Amino acid sequence: MEINKNIAVSDNGFLFNPATGESYNLNETGTELLKLIKENTPFEEISKIFLNKYETTAISFEKDFQDFVEILEQYKLTEKGNR
Amino acid sequence: MTMNKLNYERPIINKIENTMPNKIGGRSGFKPITEIDGVRIKGMISNFGSPLFVISEATIRKTYQSAYRAFTTRYPKVQFAWSYKTNYLNAVCNTFHQEGSWAEVVSGFEYEKAINNGVDGRHIIFNGPDKTKADLQKAIANQSLIHIDHLDEYYMILNIAEETNLRPQVAIRVNMDTGIYPMWDRFGFNYENGQAWDVLNKIMMNKKMDLIGLHAHIGTYMMEAEPYKIAASKLSELAVSINKKYNHYIKYIDLGGGFASNNTLKGAYLPAEDTNPTIDDYAEAISSALLNSNIDPDHLPLLILETGRALIDDAGSLLGTVITNKRDSKGARNTVLDIGVNILFTSFWYNHKITPVQSFSHHIEDTKIYGPLCMNIDVIRESISLPPLNTGDNVIIHRVGAYNMTQWMQFITLRPAVVMISEKGDVNIIRESEKIEAITDYEKVPSHLKDFDL
Repeated sequence: MEINKNIAVSDNGFLFNPATGESYNLNETGTELLKLIKENTPFEEISKIFLNKYETTAISFEKDFQDFVEILEQYKLTEKGNR
Repeated sequence: MTMNKLNYERPIINKIENTMPNKIGGRSGFKPITEIDGVRIKGMISNFGSPLFVISEATIRKTYQSAYRAFTTRYPKVQFAWSYKTNYLNAVCNTFHQEGSWAEVVSGFEYEKAINNGVDGRHIIFNGPDKTKADLQKAIANQSLIHIDHLDEYYMILNIAEETNLRPQVAIRVNMDTGIYPMWDRFGFNYENGQAWDVLNKIMMNKKMDLIGLHAHIGTYMMEAEPYKIAASKLSELAVSINKKYNHYIKYIDLGGGFASNNTLKGAYLPAEDTNPTIDDYAEAISSALLNSNIDPDHLPLLILETGRALIDDAGSLLGTVITNKRDSKGARNTVLDIGVNILFTSFWYNHKITPVQSFSHHIEDTKIYGPLCMNIDVIRESISLPPLNTGDNVIIHRVGAYNMTQWMQFITLRPAVVMISEKGDVNIIRESEKIEAITDYEKVPSHLKDFDL
């Protein structure tokens, strides 16, 4: 999955999609996760980073990752969602 | 898990909408609620399970005392009677009785509960349209205060009085136009069309029972104090006229209940705290109407109030746990709790305030809260702004003390435990969580249905 190339994300979690003019808020973990996805980091790698940094479990994170990706597609912020 | 790992918040992304502000309003508090009366919520859940009803004895007493003060500072003779149907757990009733409340009951079952709690029959007010002959015989023998609802009841009381030579202590329930819609006219005798006078004349002329009071209960969750003023004025006029006609003083005027609590009704734009009358507003309306009436000041009747909801709602909380987070077909967030509408009946009327028990950031998402029942109507909140909750997280639902622990249903799941936190901070179970036997012990299977082969 790829995030649309022209999407801009600020460090404090503000996202702007110039294609639609719509903007979004992300929380800290959301901002971090979106950046990793944008850099095409594989899921296994992302999971490792989150499990090392936060108090969560592999199952819980995988579920939340899946949910986050679904909503990115819903908002048409991914190449797939945009097709 | 190492010590230096950070708290995990589920990653979220929310679209910024530049539309009308939604009427669901702001977020549900900015801080987690971790304790009730100094007792850790997570500790109570691990000791007594989830969901769990928690009642604060300190809040009951504080609420009662301030309501009582609101009336006694304005009117010299005031008596509260605890409305059993609002919450008839014995520990709750007894807290009110210790504060000085009489009992107000509306069925033979509730009457028996009050007697078993040790309330003297002379301090039980018996309301309601369904009093059986056996109920009335008991209430008459105990000299309870019987509020007559209809003529069949009047004749039944007359019949018992003639059979036993006892003098029943009665009041009549009066319904009236107080300017509210819908008018509650299904109980008692109408003031405007003469029904009330008809039954009063019967009582006074046959001389077989003592007319000791007049009762009205004009509605529920009353969002104005003014109708109480009208009701108090009309009952006062009636009392004055009874005295004029029969030279008889009634002992009390009972204005019933119906005061609103701080729960916000569905469809309301503003929180109830900002819009509903306070107890002082109700007390002012009622007391001034009585004192300004033509009642002889040397024979002021006792003012009885049967306030339920406004005295117990704040004292009850419901603790629960997140089962899962999902999205619906349109991508909207759904959160499923272990609290269903079967134990939170009031979620049909109120937008209950819900607060997470664990710490959270300033980020929020709009969520629909479902219960655990396999039923589509099992919705606790249609829409609420909450911080991202994880599976296993706990929440507290506020102001659930009224009606839930009496109207709850055993449906699909068993009903949870209820604990009460004493003023000293002890946590006592006041109702055990139900076991399957609580249901199956009442069932019988005919012998030809006992066995089957699959």
